[in-house]
Amino acid sequence: MTVTQPLVQVENLTKHFPVTRGIVFQRKVGAVRAVDGISFSIERGETLGLVGESGCGKTTAGRTLLGLYPASSGKVTIDGHDVRTARGSEMLEIRRDAQMIFQDPYASLNPRWTVHSIVSEPLRVHHLFKTESERVDRVQELMGLVGLSGRLINRFPHEFSGGQRQRIGVARALASNPKFIVCDEPISALDVSIQAQVVNLLEDLQDRLGLTYLFIAHDLSMVRHICDRVAVMYLGVIVELAERNELYEHPLHPYTKALLSSVPIPDPKKDRARRRIILAGDVPSPINPPSGCRFHPRCPLADLTCSRDIPLWRLTAPGHWVACHKA
Amino acid sequence: METASMEYLLEVKNLRTLFHTPEGTVFAVNGISFHVDEGETLAIVGESGCGKSVSMLSILQLIPVPPGEIAGGSALYRGRDLLKNSEREMEEIRGQEIAMIFQDPMTSLNPVLTIGRQITETLLTHKKMDQRAAQKRAVELLDMVGISDPAQRLSDYPHQFSGGMRQRVMIAMALACGPSLLIADEPTTALDVTIQAQIVELVTRIRNQVHMAVIWITHDLGVVAGIADRVLVMYAGYIVETAKVTDLYENPCHPYTIALLQALPRVDRRRDRRLKSIPGAPPSLLMEPLGCPFANRCEHVIEHCRESNPPLLPVDKKNHSIACWVNVRTGKPR
Repeated sequence: MTVTQPLVQVENLTKHFPVTRGIVFQRKVGAVRAVDGISFSIERGETLGLVGESGCGKTTAGRTLLGLYPASSGKVTIDGHDVRTARGSEMLEIRRDAQMIFQDPYASLNPRWTVHSIVSEPLRVHHLFKTESERVDRVQELMGLVGLSGRLINRFPHEFSGGQRQRIGVARALASNPKFIVCDEPISALDVSIQAQVVNLLEDLQDRLGLTYLFIAHDLSMVRHICDRVAVMYLGVIVELAERNELYEHPLHPYTKALLSSVPIPDPKKDRARRRIILAGDVPSPINPPSGCRFHPRCPLADLTCSRDIPLWRLTAPGHWVACHKA
Repeated sequence: METASMEYLLEVKNLRTLFHTPEGTVFAVNGISFHVDEGETLAIVGESGCGKSVSMLSILQLIPVPPGEIAGGSALYRGRDLLKNSEREMEEIRGQEIAMIFQDPMTSLNPVLTIGRQITETLLTHKKMDQRAAQKRAVELLDMVGISDPAQRLSDYPHQFSGGMRQRVMIAMALACGPSLLIADEPTTALDVTIQAQIVELVTRIRNQVHMAVIWITHDLGVVAGIADRVLVMYAGYIVETAKVTDLYENPCHPYTIALLQALPRVDRRRDRRLKSIPGAPPSLLMEPLGCPFANRCEHVIEHCRESNPPLLPVDKKNHSIACWVNVRTGKPR
């Protein structure tokens, strides 16, 4: 029974950040509705992509999912444990099973710590190995796993290149032997030739260790390559979710269509021949999101219904979900 | 010889730029030569530290000296060597003849001055317009780059604009004096794809309207495919391949270009294999490489590659050149 259950289940998750006024007596005058009711599940061994433009709430979603931000409402379960109600040893277990890889390999490693201190921190926190020498062995093993020499463990982060630092970040995430890793834009700060190295490493680790990933990214080409299913976010909500080829070949939501048509193709003839849907304007503020469908002010198909009614989250084909009145 | 180079809008020959740092001399640009024609778009592609931005800044004498040093070469703009110009002469060129836009529109705009003040500044100094005419021209410019209510927005400050809108303002400022060459240094890297598409369309439209040449610096081979007429691929301070855009994508010849294209996933194709990654990392620029700078990461490397740095030589008669000792198709020396 528990084996067939998805590893991660998210139901109606919201995260609102208060907007306050006043210095001493702060009054709440509104809320940034960064994540406003998202639901999805991730199967064991699967990679789910979460894409969207900056400010759409994808990073907040990833962090709220792991309990790094307390959720405003909704439910998240990771391997049967409820993240919002877990306390004490149950919380520690979730923290051990669910890890995170961050975007910026320069900011996410403490510059005053050696690689050994950084990678062994989860081991110390979770008391996973008794002696220092056992921990050194484990760190050496992890370094090998991510393709770095074990001789480098006494060095500091600044002695490594961007790609190598990201490997150190991956080693730290793997230290506690997790089941689930949230990868928050893990390659967007890296050069093209290094991106492929890190992506291949993440795939190899998934095969070897049976990992489950939530892959947060804005690079739609890379997401198509690495993810099994893809969810598209816009202004705090998921507007479409489908298996990757279904989503890229038969997008239903006008926003997904526009997003996909904006991605440049590295082939001059093909790139120039296709029709781009150029969206007017910018993403509206999540403090006061548009009524009805949140995309309606920029949508080429919008009519009165769209500005009035919130579209239902419905299934249009096996595994293909969309929230749009016109799809 | 003089007359031959007059055909080009900009002709750069053997440009070398060094930086003298406490760690040693950084060889940032190592003798690159290229040209730009009137009205064409040249893309310069490469990874961080390959010298693509430094070479452009060198041409405009925007390199801080010291630690920087332009160690050699020439940059003929309409036949005049920019590298020999005085600071005063360069002030005439910058903005009037050659304009530049940068990656981060927030840090390139002054946060305490209104947009109107910043756009009219160039018009007042370069074009000797009066305040009234400059305001009028500024409204036209904002309108041209697609900012609605341009007259009202002149009194707004940069923070009141979104990232994409700020880049439009930057473009309006760059276009103020009607330059013949626009250098765009990763103008869309900080922007989302939908906004990137807007900016690419905008620059292409304006280029066609005013017949301006564009040098577009980027690391994104996807963007290049959509905008460029010709492409230079740079690696570790050298040009390793140059070709017309269609030739480059249909028939890439340098192992680095080939590897870069294979390392790129495609939004329009189903996944058919693992990504091909390029092992290792770019070399340190603290010494000039003895052989080919890509030799240590190259899968076609031969003995000769480690001994001697290949010059940029044509592969065919269509202006397609590579700096490589090996014919990748046959695996034999060229």
